[in-house]
Amino acid sequence: MRKAELVMAAVMGLFSVYLMWKSAELPIGWIPEEGPGGGAFPFWLSAGMLVCCIWIIVRWFGRAGTVAASTGQYMDSATLRMFLLVAGSLTVMIGLIHIVGVYVSIPLFMLFYMRYMGGHRWLPTGVISVATPVVAFFFFEISLKITLPKGFTEPLFYPLYDIFL
Amino acid sequence: MEILDHLIQGFAIAFQPLNLGLVIFGCALGLFIGAMPGLGSVNGVAILLPMTFLVPPTGAIIFLAAIYYGAMYGGAISSIMLGIPGASTAVATTFDGRPMALQGLADKALITAATASFVGGTISVILFTLFAPPLAAVALAFGAAEEFALMMLAFATFIGLGGDDIPKTLFSIFIGLVFSAVGLDIISGQPRLIFADIPGFLHGINFLVLAIGIYGIGEMLWTIESSKGDVQISQATVTVRRIIDDLRTFKHTIKATVMGSFLGYFVGILPAAGATPGSLMAYGVAKTISKHPESFGKGNPEGVAAPEAANNAASTGSMLPMLTLGIPGSPTTAILLGGMVIWGLEPGPMLFIEHQEFVWGLIASLYVANVFSLLINVAFIPAFIWVLRLPFTILAPIIFVLCIVGGYAPTQDMHDVWLILIFGVVGYLMRKLEYPLAPAVLAIVLGPLAETSMRQALLISNGSFMVFFERPISGPIMVTAMVLFLLPVFAWMKGKLRSRPAPPGEEQ
Amino acid sequence: MKTLCKTAVVPAVVIVVALVFSGIAVAGWEPKKPVDFIIMAGKGGGADKMARLMQSVIEKHKLASKPFIPINKPGGSGAEALVHLKQKTGDDHTIMVTLNSFYTTPLRQPGLGVDVMTFAPIGRMAEDTFLLWVHKDTGIMNVDDFVKAAKSAGNKWIMAGTGKGQEDQLLTNFLNKAYGLDMKYVPFKGGGRVAKELAGKHANSTVNNPSEQLGFYEAGNTVPLAAFTQDRLPLFANAPTFRELGKDFVYFMQRSVVGAPGMSKEAEEYYRNVFKKVFQTEEWQGYMKKKSLQGEFLTGSDLKAYWKREKDIHETMLKDIGEI
Repeated sequence: MRKAELVMAAVMGLFSVYLMWKSAELPIGWIPEEGPGGGAFPFWLSAGMLVCCIWIIVRWFGRAGTVAASTGQYMDSATLRMFLLVAGSLTVMIGLIHIVGVYVSIPLFMLFYMRYMGGHRWLPTGVISVATPVVAFFFFEISLKITLPKGFTEPLFYPLYDIFL
Repeated sequence: MEILDHLIQGFAIAFQPLNLGLVIFGCALGLFIGAMPGLGSVNGVAILLPMTFLVPPTGAIIFLAAIYYGAMYGGAISSIMLGIPGASTAVATTFDGRPMALQGLADKALITAATASFVGGTISVILFTLFAPPLAAVALAFGAAEEFALMMLAFATFIGLGGDDIPKTLFSIFIGLVFSAVGLDIISGQPRLIFADIPGFLHGINFLVLAIGIYGIGEMLWTIESSKGDVQISQATVTVRRIIDDLRTFKHTIKATVMGSFLGYFVGILPAAGATPGSLMAYGVAKTISKHPESFGKGNPEGVAAPEAANNAASTGSMLPMLTLGIPGSPTTAILLGGMVIWGLEPGPMLFIEHQEFVWGLIASLYVANVFSLLINVAFIPAFIWVLRLPFTILAPIIFVLCIVGGYAPTQDMHDVWLILIFGVVGYLMRKLEYPLAPAVLAIVLGPLAETSMRQALLISNGSFMVFFERPISGPIMVTAMVLFLLPVFAWMKGKLRSRPAPPGEEQ
Repeated sequence: MKTLCKTAVVPAVVIVVALVFSGIAVAGWEPKKPVDFIIMAGKGGGADKMARLMQSVIEKHKLASKPFIPINKPGGSGAEALVHLKQKTGDDHTIMVTLNSFYTTPLRQPGLGVDVMTFAPIGRMAEDTFLLWVHKDTGIMNVDDFVKAAKSAGNKWIMAGTGKGQEDQLLTNFLNKAYGLDMKYVPFKGGGRVAKELAGKHANSTVNNPSEQLGFYEAGNTVPLAAFTQDRLPLFANAPTFRELGKDFVYFMQRSVVGAPGMSKEAEEYYRNVFKKVFQTEEWQGYMKKKSLQGEFLTGSDLKAYWKREKDIHETMLKDIGEI
């Protein structure tokens, strides 16, 4: 827990410095008769972020604050495994959307999640995995006319558009 | 009683079979669109705009207004059930709605939201009917300086919403404000904070992206951890009896509801403000005036009632500047405005005179839409509760998919989906270290409004800050905001003097 | 195994159906899927309203076999939309509604690497006009009064407009230079908002499009002083043009539809026909008349020549205010 607190504050501190540097692309000072420049607002707020991070780090050395004073573990191995599995499968799913589109990656993700993570039987798993993209297609593409990304599977949908649109 | 005549005439229009059918259909459709995380009234109205070419203009705007109303009711559903605000207007509803759902009181939260929405809608429509023209003058008097003062007041009212940890709360506010600055600096016309020159940042970081990331993905990760993967999300049950009991307890939240309705309406009529600041302020005020402020954030029904009443009232309110001034008070009314132009109706001061049938037909439909939204909402509550009782390992992937698809829909840009994932994961890791995240979400909503209006006002005043205090409307608002900002500091100092280790602020 | 079968069967059926249908398709290019109709501005603005009107007209008269789906990409004064279109090079299903930021944004942000002359010229739907507006209570009735008042106010005279380095500021700069004024330009988000700032007396003058000020004008709140057009506008016959006042200055806002660069000739032809039909509909003509829009339908090489001319004009104007 203590280590995580320090690492997070340090990482966020670095991020604030990056934000400050990035904000400084626009004027960060006061422009006479006009008010603050375009970069002033994000720059000084990022500076505020940095101050908060330093504050947290200083406090950490004094073991003040509920997290810095705790002796608990940040993530036990079971939690870590669960976290990596979920975050990992989400990343893979979103990545796959670029290639094979939502209508392939979503059922794959749901199949994985319900079958592997949830241990559900094949029947409900299968039905829900197939039903979700079908419902999504009719709700988004047909009734709301929002096209979802399809990757290289796009031509497969042309006939569906011909029928339903 | 000229107004009454107009209104009766309006009801006659609203009750024509076609228009009535459109209201009911619109409310039901809006409810589902609003309940989807990511899709809010803006999307619903925009997408369905061309469909309305099939019916006469009066029917069309009635239909769209019904969708608008339905979506406002629906927004509360995803806030309460999933903890994901479907639109910025429903953020405040998650603060107490979500804890209530986790305690197995989802039905009560939903009923409270529906009744509060109904009261908010009704009060605002009555105010609309009676005082449209003078209120339009108020809206017109609101310039950049007044807008900034109002934003300060909004920040001030929820100053107590942070956590115990001062540096972490401040950090959260700051990072939200910085993210809100991403995109285009409207005053200089320059792009700013375009990280790694990725074009997706040009449209800024939408509130929804942060909210779906933190409340959707982040919250799910959190639940997965605390449940170790396989329990039910809540032990929600529902029976007709319970619904009736829930309706009876309405009296406990009546104060918050009525306050929220008036506050929401008045904030809603101000151009550029809209329902979001209205609902946030209502939450803050409800907490302040409540007998049990400490229970806010832990499942107090008043914390659901106030923002829900306010956001519905505000959505009616924001129609006022649209109809009378031709300027939209919210993104949704901006689209409605476009619709009116398409149908050949000229919004603006003359609309009330030249197109009475249209205006009063719309107002009467608002009354009707309100009633039907309530009925449809209550009728669907058992279905929503049933969904909550699905095993978590089935519900979780469905919610993840909703977050991804819902996050994609508004901008149709995969860039936003990746951001949602990043915000979700980082938000979860930060939450484990007790960083409060709600302040960041609030900040990203109010940040752009505050910065832009401040800089516009300063441009106009040649850089003098006195502009915020000198003007007759912004002055008093600004002073009130200042006092509210300083109150906790005084209280903190007083507490510090009395007993050394006193917790500053209150827990969220 | 049941699901595996299911997941395999569904795409298989789809593929078969696809093959059958693709065999049927014959002469003449038609969109195969919904068309992305990018809007270079935010929801509720002038460009957005017009795009949604076009979409509605297309839908109402069934001018296209697939729906046109409006997608707002307002980021970076249209930079986001331009980059998106550039990335869609060769795509036959992406078109965009543009305005004058079509010229100004690539000029101001050369880093985008967008050359608008490569975009497919589908059609110019209209040219929007600009007028100089003041509030009625100022008592200002003509440009002379305006110049007198603005001169004495110096940089306390507030000109509200939309965006920086765009149309409204270019016009403000013209006025400042032509009449020796020092008006302060304050950007707001959207023309409707600008119109309201004037009606609420938070700004001293604006250069709104007629469609933005019409409501306040009809209610008698605001007065048009002069038009930035070739000839007087029928709707505001009392307002002279700046040409009449001896300043040879004419400025329009284009309302055009463009296609992604490298779009196939057949697709370009298809969209050209669709928008030509939109232009001829009663709805569009009525809208143009009501909102005082001008201009004929331009397309192909004529449209490209028009872009070239306008782009050069904007380059000069932007250099003038030091934006590039």
